Amino acid sequence: MSLTHLQRLEAEAIHIFREVAATFAKPVMLYSVGKDSSVMLHLAMKAFYPGKPPFPFLHVDTTWKFREMIEFRDRTAAELGIDLLVHINRDGLEQKINPFTHGSNVHTHVMKTVALRQALDKYGFDAAFGGARRDEEKSRAKERIFSFRNGQHAWDPKNQRPELWKSYNTRVGPSESIRVFPLSNWTELDIWQYILKENIPIVPLYFAARRPVVERDGMLIMVDDERMPLHADEKVEQRLVRFRTLGCYPLTAAIESNATTLQDIVREMLTARTSERHGRLIDADETASMEKKKREGYF
Amino acid sequence: MTASIPATSGSVLEYLAKQEKKSLLRFMTCGSVDDGKSTLIGRLLYDSKLLFDDQLAALKRETKRNSTNHGDIDFALLIDGLEAEREQGITIDVAYRFFATSRRKFIVADAPGHEEYTRNMVTAASTAALAVVLVDSRKGILRQTRRHSFIASLLGVRHVVLAVNKIDLVGFDRRVFDTIVADYRAFAENVGFSTITPIPISARFGDNMTSRSPNMPWYGGPTLLEHLETVPIEEEAAEAEFRFPVQLVLRPNLDFRGFAGQVASGSIAVGDPVAVAKSGQLSRIKEIVTYDGKLARAVEGQSVTLVLEDELDISRGNMLVPPEDRPHVADQFMAHVIWLHPDAMLPGRSYILRTEVDSVSATITSLKHQIDVNTFAEEAAKSLRMNEIGVCNLSTQAPIVFDSYKDNRTTGNFVLIDRFTNATVGAGMIDFPLRRALNVHWQALDINKKARSALNHQTPRVLWFTGFSGSGKSTIANTVEKMLHAQGKHTFLLDGDNVRHGLNRDLGFTEEDRVENIRRVAEVAKLMTEAGLIVLVSFISPFRSERRMARELFGPGEFIEIFVDTPIEECARRDPKGLYKKALAGEISNFTGISSPYERPETPEIHLHTVGREVTTLASEIEAYLDNQ
Repeated sequence: MSLTHLQRLEAEAIHIFREVAATFAKPVMLYSVGKDSSVMLHLAMKAFYPGKPPFPFLHVDTTWKFREMIEFRDRTAAELGIDLLVHINRDGLEQKINPFTHGSNVHTHVMKTVALRQALDKYGFDAAFGGARRDEEKSRAKERIFSFRNGQHAWDPKNQRPELWKSYNTRVGPSESIRVFPLSNWTELDIWQYILKENIPIVPLYFAARRPVVERDGMLIMVDDERMPLHADEKVEQRLVRFRTLGCYPLTAAIESNATTLQDIVREMLTARTSERHGRLIDADETASMEKKKREGYF
Repeated sequence: MTASIPATSGSVLEYLAKQEKKSLLRFMTCGSVDDGKSTLIGRLLYDSKLLFDDQLAALKRETKRNSTNHGDIDFALLIDGLEAEREQGITIDVAYRFFATSRRKFIVADAPGHEEYTRNMVTAASTAALAVVLVDSRKGILRQTRRHSFIASLLGVRHVVLAVNKIDLVGFDRRVFDTIVADYRAFAENVGFSTITPIPISARFGDNMTSRSPNMPWYGGPTLLEHLETVPIEEEAAEAEFRFPVQLVLRPNLDFRGFAGQVASGSIAVGDPVAVAKSGQLSRIKEIVTYDGKLARAVEGQSVTLVLEDELDISRGNMLVPPEDRPHVADQFMAHVIWLHPDAMLPGRSYILRTEVDSVSATITSLKHQIDVNTFAEEAAKSLRMNEIGVCNLSTQAPIVFDSYKDNRTTGNFVLIDRFTNATVGAGMIDFPLRRALNVHWQALDINKKARSALNHQTPRVLWFTGFSGSGKSTIANTVEKMLHAQGKHTFLLDGDNVRHGLNRDLGFTEEDRVENIRRVAEVAKLMTEAGLIVLVSFISPFRSERRMARELFGPGEFIEIFVDTPIEECARRDPKGLYKKALAGEISNFTGISSPYERPETPEIHLHTVGREVTTLASEIEAYLDNQ
């Protein structure tokens, strides 16, 4: 009996979770509420069975997430009995940083990147799991599974630790840390297949429903609450849409779709002609924008 | 909580069922810089319809902006992700790419070709089952082709595809292809691959990539993709002996104690007998626990939790194995080591050795020879620089569990980590345990250090004086020894200059020799403390690593590091032996403080600021410290 590719990916991720639990003093899992986080959470539950994951889960809340994400987050944490920490950048909140007046770059930097650094410093975590996959984006294709960060949480792409076999270098000095990516070798299709196979709950926003959207710069943006300012020529329409990735609602474009089940989603994916990050407005700024953000400490 | 999945059309479920049976092939591409590796991977993704419209659009935009490849899409741009690479046009790091066909899922490691990136290639090879070696039809087999094949083989890659690329540029000439294949086979015979599959291709135009090329009717073999889809994946690990490195002990409650890990090779079933590798204790498998229920059997690659019939003390770093087929347990072994860091490997220096689950202090006791990766010739060497490969003997502070790398890639490997920067500096593949580790056991003697020191009425210690030449180490040590002698203590002073006249007369002042110099002196000091003496060591000992290595030979409180802190300007002014004058004139190379570094102690037990203070005052400070211990 030899393992299928999904079984191999699952076993690899479980191995990574256990390595971190065995070698770090204070790990945390970054929980972004998206589908990749749902898969990671599921794998973490498997890795330590019959025990619970021996680390807390951290959600960096930009205060601009879809409302349904927050509901799902709180319900999941309660049902699984996991330790959920929520961090908001209070300075940013006081300065009323938002994606509309400050633009996606400033908003993401202050409410996500800086907020994450604040939270990591506050709790003194020395390892943080993230759900990034190498198939998502060019600079991620070269990132290690155990990815070193200096005391300022910065990534140096030209000076990464060599990573051979699965003999990981898990050593860090004071204030340094490691970002760990158990889903490095998964593709978007692997994620969906696994969700389907394992029956993993995900935020309903991934499924098509009639939602209020406006068309802006060729993207469909959902009007999730009254904070969204509308231009004079924009009108809110109810359209049958869903999301391929989830983030801050003003920065995450919906796609028109009638996929209401997981099978529909997979079918749609198999015929998709654009990559999933296409709907992420923060990537479009410049070719290497993700690499820049990661160097600054973004996940 | 479960998401409900309403019943829908069968086709997606059928498709997924098929996907479920797909296997996984990890392969690497190698070849020198212009052989077209990135183009080949880009083409595989393109022809497998795995590029999305937005990726293609971005690619076309960037081709216009950057490419030297006018007109056609430049697939290499898709792969060379990092900014620096786009600027330099070369691949400096390993990139992982993913694609799948109806038969297999593939993970491709794209490794750089230049000799100075050998370490990246090694990284890519460490997880690959197959290597696609690219050769430019116009150039034939190059040094790089040989080097890459050798490294792939050293890292345990058993299957090679010889992709003879740019065949369009030689008019699809069969003779060119046949000559290259013959040349490759002639040299690869000695490299040790199980299979070599030559395929003539044009990555740029797609010939024999995913469909048979009409330009080469003389070629009857498979296309590249066909071959990758069907080549039998290594079953070696599945058929090898059972190995279960223990990652973590799970004890969620008092009733459960399980050993979590990933089966490295072979398989195990409930009821099977197992041995604990390090202790030799025996037990049987009681349960194989997973979140998805208990299993009757666990196989290579699965992450499971094993529960044993007996309560045994087993911790991370140990291994569960079949009683009749055990791995090696030893603290000395020979290994092939590849150096990954700009700071050279130094025999005698202490590193952290990390296997999949174990971590111990280790030193390279001897570098037997270095291997020229282009000619495979064995050459004498004193150290390994970045990207160099050598055969070494290593010694670990505690025994580790391992197999020979050729028998087991998972349990036969290790990485070396710098103790101070935590950088990954080397990687190793174990060849075999050394006989002396197996047969030289520590002889327990009846008269021990405690007995000897009781007779002497003193506690043995090492006073380790470090500082620049001319800082006053020897003068202070000499005064301290006189004071101790007057108290009736048994002492010995090991002076750097004196020891270099005898025990260490074969050593010079290069970094490697300085490390060995300190190692020998530390060992001698250790023997003398065993004899019950108070040992004063007066050595420049410029490197933190070696002072730490010396410290670790002794028990807690036994090693007292004394930093004789005299600024270099003051030492040069004093210049008791006239050495600074010579060094500044360039007549002495590797002179500490002038042309060789001195790493200041961070937390010495005693920190002596000497400027403006009398020798007796300084010596009394040390005496007072000893009295208070």
